[in-house]
Amino acid sequence: MQRLVSKFVDTAIIFVQYGCIAHCTLEYVADLVVCSGPSMEPTLYSNNVLLAEHISPQFDKLSRGDIIIAKCPTNANQYICKRVVGLPGDKIRTGFMSHIVPRGHVWLEGDNRGNSSDSRTYGPVPKGLIRSRAIFKIWPLADATYLKD
Amino acid sequence: MKVPNFVKSIIVGVPIGITILDTIGYVARVDGISMQPALNPDRDVTDYVFLNRWAVRSHEVTRGDIISLKSPKDPDQRIIKRIVGLEGNISCIKSNRLCNHCLNLQGDIVATIGYKTAIVRVPEGHCWVEGDHTGHSMDSNNFGPVSIGLVTAKATCIVWPPSRWQNIKSYLPKKRKPLNLTSGYFS
Repeated sequence: MQRLVSKFVDTAIIFVQYGCIAHCTLEYVADLVVCSGPSMEPTLYSNNVLLAEHISPQFDKLSRGDIIIAKCPTNANQYICKRVVGLPGDKIRTGFMSHIVPRGHVWLEGDNRGNSSDSRTYGPVPKGLIRSRAIFKIWPLADATYLKD
Repeated sequence: MKVPNFVKSIIVGVPIGITILDTIGYVARVDGISMQPALNPDRDVTDYVFLNRWAVRSHEVTRGDIISLKSPKDPDQRIIKRIVGLEGNISCIKSNRLCNHCLNLQGDIVATIGYKTAIVRVPEGHCWVEGDHTGHSMDSNNFGPVSIGLVTAKATCIVWPPSRWQNIKSYLPKKRKPLNLTSGYFS
């Protein structure tokens, strides 16, 4: 009986250890993201799986053209996948209006400009909401590509 | 190849530590005078507060809470402020349904101090944060409503110095109450 208990405790400890290592990897290195919605067509479609890394957003190494995953500014429990169009200081023209992207913000737009709610709806997005940068499309396999601008 | 034992324990220990700091919370020093008198009431004594990450894991905050958030102007900077105004009914937005109740309950209406408009209706998914030390605080009166996604933790207690040991109570100064909650606004 005692051996059974100690074996159980050992397994639990190993589970916790691997859980923590997994948490750190998914939170600070890279994770997988499943897309949904039409806003990034034709680059990405619903149910595409992306490999996204967390390192360049942390070190503020984003550039125009990167596809990023960020928390939705209007609903913190939802994530959005958009393309960085403007960096701080850039002048963005939408229709008749023109905006200057403020410090610490980025301008995000979906590739499917006709069907995307993005910075044109809710304005520039603070960099603090950006979670990761998509680098590879890994599913569907036939269409696997390196994502660059 | 044999890995020394202490290296092995570091490899396992560091992720466990980071996970605990990430999910449960951590202790941080409060810099500056912006939250006087609630925090740092005495100029010479710096308070250390426990920032509870678990409390905001589903982005649920209430008016009067002291929270830490990423500065919208600089994502590497953390600021500590009090929540003054909220968006509409959060529980309904979470369940992704719109009922009549929340259609009536749009965001709070806040009377600003020195913002570009005199009153602001807090937009969806945002909150209005202010420091208690009016006029000496870089807050929503300067940069406008902030997205709730920027909130990183809730300050729940002061842990240092010992003379200041206490839980932080959720409290909203009467004169900073959102206009839609003060009696007589709609009459």
